[in-house]
Amino acid sequence: MRAVEFCNTLKHQRFNFFVGVPDTILKGVIEVLSADSEIRYIGATREEEAIGIAVGASLGGQQPVVLMQNSGLGNSIGALASLPLLYKIPLLLLISWRGYQRKDAPEHFVMGKCTVNLLKDIGITAETLTNRNYDEAITRAARIIQERQVPAAILIKEGVIS
Amino acid sequence: MKGYDAIVRIMRALKGDELVVSANGMISRELFAVRDSPNNFYMLGSMGLASSIGLGLALALPDRKIVVLDGDGNLLMNMGSLATTGDLSPTNLVHVVLDNESYVSTGGQPTACRTVELEKVARSCGFKLSKKIKDAELLEANMGELLRTDGPAFVLVKVESFWKQAPRVSHKPEVIKRRFRDSVKTSVARQRRKCGARL
Repeated sequence: MRAVEFCNTLKHQRFNFFVGVPDTILKGVIEVLSADSEIRYIGATREEEAIGIAVGASLGGQQPVVLMQNSGLGNSIGALASLPLLYKIPLLLLISWRGYQRKDAPEHFVMGKCTVNLLKDIGITAETLTNRNYDEAITRAARIIQERQVPAAILIKEGVIS
Repeated sequence: MKGYDAIVRIMRALKGDELVVSANGMISRELFAVRDSPNNFYMLGSMGLASSIGLGLALALPDRKIVVLDGDGNLLMNMGSLATTGDLSPTNLVHVVLDNESYVSTGGQPTACRTVELEKVARSCGFKLSKKIKDAELLEANMGELLRTDGPAFVLVKVESFWKQAPRVSHKPEVIKRRFRDSVKTSVARQRRKCGARL
């Protein structure tokens, strides 16, 4: 799918505050979000910082999304555990899945293998995006976030969003 | 000046409608002891992120003053937040750092702030105002002024490495969130009614 369709689906689910750290897989999405005057995209220096900003925005009444590479998920485990999971803060995580099946640079192999289990172990529901399911995947994640007041994640492999 | 006295002075300078985010450890506990309020978001874990939560709030609620009560150990963990805040420059954010040059909650181990001058880092990152204060009277007077001025503002308060044994925050995390969110919602609704009346 095209980045603009993906972003429109997110906006349709009322997500309106985006903060993240860039990744090649997310490049197109970040470009579309940054050019959209109806919403806000903020670049953070690290992924935990992005989670802190998103939590503040949620407390201020916004519907936040955090974008990051899965290596950044490694940076974020402590922050996720003791902030949005502790206070029950609704938050969507869009995580690019580098190192999937080791078809990537070697620095991504370890995180590529453990990304899904890491999320599962800290109690965050994750769904992998495909060209066919993106509308349903975003709707499902939005429902989990709102009903349970928790973070939920969508994993994005290379080549799914152009 | 002791950390507790600094918090007393700061809270005395506030009008009461400011939203306060406090760093984990002694700062949240002392704030809870000095003045518990639904307008306080006590950060219990996620060390380093008080400044980022404050930034998110400041961007989401441009008509509210946001005060972050941070610690030197906390800010050293998330110095990147100064860069992000300086770059975005929300005018409604006052970032106060109580600097005792140590990690008091965990036994008083020294931090790099015996060398690093955080107020200079903040200025270099683009904060509109940045001050270093050692005197309690001056702190109260300056806080009043900073709350009336467009920021982002940064205040480094040098405090003694000593804290009373304040009790832990007794509210459950979800309660802290719920009453904070309710307080924000109520004031947003009040603001809308006021604007409607003016039209």
